[in-house]
Amino acid sequence: MNQSDFLKSVLPFKDKVFRLSKRLLVSTEEAQDATQELYFKLWKNREKLAEYKNVEAFAMTMTKNYCFDRLKSKQASNLTLVHSNYKEKDTALEKKLEYQDSVSQVHRLIESLPEQQKLVIQLRDIEDYDFEEIGKMLDLKPTAVRVTLSRARKTIREKLIKQHNYGII
Amino acid sequence: MELSKIESLLEKYLNAETSLQEEASLKSYFLSGDVAPHLQEYQAMFSYFKLNKSEILETPIQLNPKKMNWKWLSVAASVVLLVSVYMGNGFLEERKARQQYAQITSALHLLSSNLNKGNKAMANLYVYEDTVNKIFKPSK
Repeated sequence: MNQSDFLKSVLPFKDKVFRLSKRLLVSTEEAQDATQELYFKLWKNREKLAEYKNVEAFAMTMTKNYCFDRLKSKQASNLTLVHSNYKEKDTALEKKLEYQDSVSQVHRLIESLPEQQKLVIQLRDIEDYDFEEIGKMLDLKPTAVRVTLSRARKTIREKLIKQHNYGII
Repeated sequence: MELSKIESLLEKYLNAETSLQEEASLKSYFLSGDVAPHLQEYQAMFSYFKLNKSEILETPIQLNPKKMNWKWLSVAASVVLLVSVYMGNGFLEERKARQQYAQITSALHLLSSNLNKGNKAMANLYVYEDTVNKIFKPSK
């Protein structure tokens, strides 16, 4: 496998790897470093990649494991929390602020979920993978993915409704 | 799409029973901006999903990272140490040899000057012998 073949097979999902890392590591810089490191690892193991039927699923599993390792390692103990600023156009200022606020609220809600639920929400609702693929990535049965996902969605919804009614989380 | 259909889809959505197509139609409904008031809380959720998906990796990926390999630094350091010890040893030996040489030359100088003194004394002895020979003629 030469460099251009390699890039053709792995570059299309670099943003997905980045977003998944960011979901788990929170900080943008950490996620960028993690993505860089993961691609370097993939490049080093490029000969083995051909054996995998689904390189993308394999890469996502690697991402998950790598991020968990990072979170466990002492190096990551001084991770900083960085909240991104979401840009939204074409809305009146007040509405925009209110809108942005509830959107970033969703971000915080997902952040407070257990790791497994975070992963499933990220992979399903943001990256649109099917249950079969998510099961492969997380080493779960598709039914278990379904249960986790349902739990995560219900939690987010309940918290959003509570917040909507009382203005607090 | 009619509201009743959206509501039933949402029910399925919460139980994680919707297909990807059904979820796509839910997304497009909630992102259209025309959302029923009692479903407002879902709008933020779907907007967030869409926003998050638009986030991309902004740094280029390098397959040969510039990151210094610290293992090589230790190898280099040990080589430098080895070379300096070797060179230092050479210098030390040379200095010792020079010192010995200087000592030997000074000793030889001393020896030769003392030998010259002895030679002078010997010259006096010859003069003495000549005189003695003049006075007491040696018997033939």
